[in-house]
Amino acid sequence: MKLFSFRGGIHPSARKERTQDLPIIRLPMPKRLYVPLQQHIGEPAVARVVAGEQVVRGQILGGSVGRISAPVHAPADGKVIGIIDFSSPHPAALPVTTAVIEVSASQSPWIAPLEDPFSLSGDELAQRIQQAGIVGMGGATFPSAVKLDMARQHQVLTLIINGGECEPYLTCDDRLMRERAEQMLLGVELMLRCLDAKQAIIVVEDNKAAALANLRTLCNEAFYSKFERIKTVSVPTRYPQGSQKQMIQSVTGKEVPAGAHATDLGVVMHNVATAYAVYEALVVGKPLVSRIVTVGGGAVPRPANLEVPLGTLVEELLRFCGVEDDNYERLLVGGPMMGQWLPHAQLPIIKGSSGIIALNEAETQMDLPSPCIRCARCVTVCPAGLLPLEMAKRIRKEDFGAAQALGLSDCIACGSCAYVCPSKIPLVQYFHYGKGELQARKQQEKKRDRTAELASSKALRVEAIERQKAEAAALRKAQMAAKKAAEVAAQEIDLSDSKSEITLVSSEESGD
Amino acid sequence: MANTLISGPHTLASTTVSRTMLWVMLALTPATLWGLYLFGWPAINLFLITAVAALLFEAGCLRLAGKRVKAGLFDGSALLTAWLLAMSLPPWAPWWIGVLGSFLAIVIGKQVFGGLGHNLFNPAMVARVALLVSFPLQMTLWTQPVALFSAEAPGFIDGLAISFAGDALAGGAFDALSGATLLGEVKTGFSVGSTLPELLPAGLDHWSMATGYGAGSLGETSALLILAGGLLLVVFGVISWTIPVSLLATVGLLALLFNGLNPDRYPGVGYHLFSGGMMLAAFFIATDMVTSPNTPAGQLVFGVGCGVLIYLIRTWGGYPEGVAFAVLLMNALTPLIDHWIRPRIFGRDRAFKPLVVAPRALGKHQTSKGEQA
Repeated sequence: MKLFSFRGGIHPSARKERTQDLPIIRLPMPKRLYVPLQQHIGEPAVARVVAGEQVVRGQILGGSVGRISAPVHAPADGKVIGIIDFSSPHPAALPVTTAVIEVSASQSPWIAPLEDPFSLSGDELAQRIQQAGIVGMGGATFPSAVKLDMARQHQVLTLIINGGECEPYLTCDDRLMRERAEQMLLGVELMLRCLDAKQAIIVVEDNKAAALANLRTLCNEAFYSKFERIKTVSVPTRYPQGSQKQMIQSVTGKEVPAGAHATDLGVVMHNVATAYAVYEALVVGKPLVSRIVTVGGGAVPRPANLEVPLGTLVEELLRFCGVEDDNYERLLVGGPMMGQWLPHAQLPIIKGSSGIIALNEAETQMDLPSPCIRCARCVTVCPAGLLPLEMAKRIRKEDFGAAQALGLSDCIACGSCAYVCPSKIPLVQYFHYGKGELQARKQQEKKRDRTAELASSKALRVEAIERQKAEAAALRKAQMAAKKAAEVAAQEIDLSDSKSEITLVSSEESGD
Repeated sequence: MANTLISGPHTLASTTVSRTMLWVMLALTPATLWGLYLFGWPAINLFLITAVAALLFEAGCLRLAGKRVKAGLFDGSALLTAWLLAMSLPPWAPWWIGVLGSFLAIVIGKQVFGGLGHNLFNPAMVARVALLVSFPLQMTLWTQPVALFSAEAPGFIDGLAISFAGDALAGGAFDALSGATLLGEVKTGFSVGSTLPELLPAGLDHWSMATGYGAGSLGETSALLILAGGLLLVVFGVISWTIPVSLLATVGLLALLFNGLNPDRYPGVGYHLFSGGMMLAAFFIATDMVTSPNTPAGQLVFGVGCGVLIYLIRTWGGYPEGVAFAVLLMNALTPLIDHWIRPRIFGRDRAFKPLVVAPRALGKHQTSKGEQA
C-alpha cells in the first residue's frame, strides 16, 4: 500500500524499552473506586444510583444525556457509599460528580449477550456501543458511538485504526496488539459492520515490529477470513504520527481541511483500545469499566502495563509499581508530549488515561526560558505548518487577533515546537493561553450580542405594550365619546334629527 | 516551578542556546587557529581584546537592563559575535579597533534593540561596516601572512607594540609586510584600466587562496577550513543548508555567466568563491539565526539576495568586498521576507482559506454494498 508523509514532526527518544516487553497484568481490585460521571467529552452522565445502593458490575451508575454523552458503569460489585464531588485527573483537579463504590469481596462474572453481535444491523451495533459507554481511548474521550454515527451519515469507506502510539513511554496499545490482537480485530470487524465501510486499515509505527507481525499473521491466516477487509500498514516512527490529522494524511495523502472533519474525506479513525473495548462490550458483555494503563517513567522502580478498573486512584498504581511517597519530579496522565500534569496522586483513572508517568528530574530537563534566537526549529517541526515563534510573540503581547491571523486555531498542541526549542520557551503554554483568551472573548461577544438582542427585543416588547395601551385608551375614549354622543343624541332625538353627527363619530373610530 | 508550568511537553530535547553557539565556535576553531598562526602575536592580541571587550559590554548591558548576567554571558552569543567580528578585522589592527568594534556590535548592534534575539542586523557586520566607514585607513591596512615564530614575524613584545602603539604598521618596522588583499588589488587595477590577465599574470593560485596565504582578515584567509567547519555545522544540523548553498550558487552562477561573456573584465568562479569573506559569510554570517528568515523558502530568497548583492558590490561597487554590506541589506529585508513567505498551514490554502473537499459520490457506495450482499 502506498503511504504518504506529513509535514514536520520530531523524534523524541521513545523510552518504551522498560515496559514494551512486559505482559499486561491485572491490578488487584482496590477496596474503593472513585468513578467520575464525566469521563468523556460532552454532557456529563447523570447519576442513576443513590448512596447506600448495592450495585453489580456493569450496572449503569450514570446515564448519558444529550447527543454527545456516554453512560458510566460500575466497574465492580459493591455498595455506593456516596455520590460526591471528587477531584478529577486534571491539572487543576477540578471536582466532578463521582460515585464512590465500596467494592465487595466477591465479584459476579460477566455474562455474554445472548444475541450474536455479528448478526446485528449497523444501527443496533451503534446503539450497543453507545450503551457500553465506549469513548475514544487514545485520550480524546470523544463518545465513539457519536463518531460512528457521524461516519455512517457520511457513508465513509475507510476505517483507520490508530495503533501509532507515538507518545514516549506508552506501551499499552503495543501490548494490546501483541496479546489481545484477535479480540481487537473482532472489535474492528464489528466497527466495520457498524459503518458498512469497505476496509479497515490498522496503522502501526515501525518501532512495534512484534505487534505488526502479530496482526499481519492474524489478518493473513485462512482461518481468519473474516478479517479479509482489515489491512495492517507500518508507518515510520515519527511524532505526532498518532495525531488524527497526521495519520489520515499518512494513509490517504489527504489533508483534513480546516474546520472540516475526517468524515468529509470519507474516513473515520478509532484507537486500537477502542476497538478492543467494542469487542469486550459486544462479545463478552463487559461495558467499558477497565482499561490498560502503562505505568512508567524514570521515577517508577517497577514499571508495568496494568489492566485497571476505572475509578482506581493513581496512588494505587504507583504503590503497586513501587513508587513510595511522591518520589518523583512530575506526575503525568497520558504521555509526556500531550499528557497532563497531575497535582497529586489521589485522582482516579478514567476512560482516557493511557499512561501514568512519573518523571524524575533528569527526564524533565526543565530550565528557565531564555530569549528566542529565531532558530526556527519550531517552524521546521510544526506539523500544522505554523510559525510558533511568531504566534508566541503575539500572544506575549496579548495580541490574540494577530496570533489567530497566523493560524493559532490550527495548532494541534502536539508540543513538537516546545520540545525542540533551544531556548526552552513554553510555547504550548502560550498557545493554550491564547486559545483560552480567544474562546473567552468569543463567549463574551456572544453574551454581549445576546444581551443586545434581549435588550432590543425588550424595547420592542415595551413599545408594543405601550402602543396597545395607547390604542386601548384611544378606543375607550372613542367609545366613551360615542356613548356620550349617543346619550346626547337620545336626549335630543325628540328635539331634532341629529343622525349625521353619530355617523361622524363612528367613522372617526374606524379610522384609528 | 513544576507547579506553575502545566502544559506539555513534559520532556524536552537537549538542545540549548549555549550548545548551539558552542557548536558554531567549535566549527570556527580550526580556521581561527590557522589564521592566528599565520598572522602571529598582533592577531592573537586583537582576538583576545575583542572577545574580552565584548563580554564586558554584554555584562554591563545585561546589568543595566536588570537581566540575568551570568546566564546571558554563558549563552555564548556575545563571545560568538566578538569572534566573528575579530575574524573580519585586519589582523594587525590596533587595540581600540577591537574595543570599539565590540562596543558597536554588542551595545549598538544588539543590546539597544533589546538584547539577544531582538536585533534586526547582524551585530558583527554592523560593527565591521561602521568601523570601515569611520576608519577607512586602519580598516584597509592589510598584512601579508608571516607565520608565528618565523624569522620575519613580530615576537611577543613587537606584537604588543603593534597592537597597542598602533602606528607600528604605517611606517613602522613591519611596513614591508603590508599589502593589499586580492580583491583590493584587482579592484584598484581595474580602476586604472588594467585587464584581468595583466593583474593576475600567473593566473589564479587557488590553492594558496584557499589555504590562506594571502593578505586579508582571519576569516578571509583559509576558505577551506571555513568551508570544512561550515559543512560540519550543516551535517550536524546546527545550521540549514539553505543559505550557504543559495548564496554560493548565486555568486558562482553570476561569476560563470559574466566570466563567460568577458574573461578580461570578470574573474571566474574560483576567484569569487575562495576570496575575501565569501565562505565565512555563507556559512557563519548570513546564517545567523536571529537576522535571517525563518522558513526554508525565505532562507533561499535571503541567500540568493546576499549572493546577488555581493557580486554587484564586488564587481561594480566602490568597495572591493561587499559581504558585510550585502548581509546588512538582506537583514533589513528579513522581516519583509518573513511576512510574505510563510509555510502553508495544514488544511488551508496559502490565502488562509480552508481547503475544499472534492465531493464524494455517495451513491456509488450504495451500489457496491448491493454487490457485496
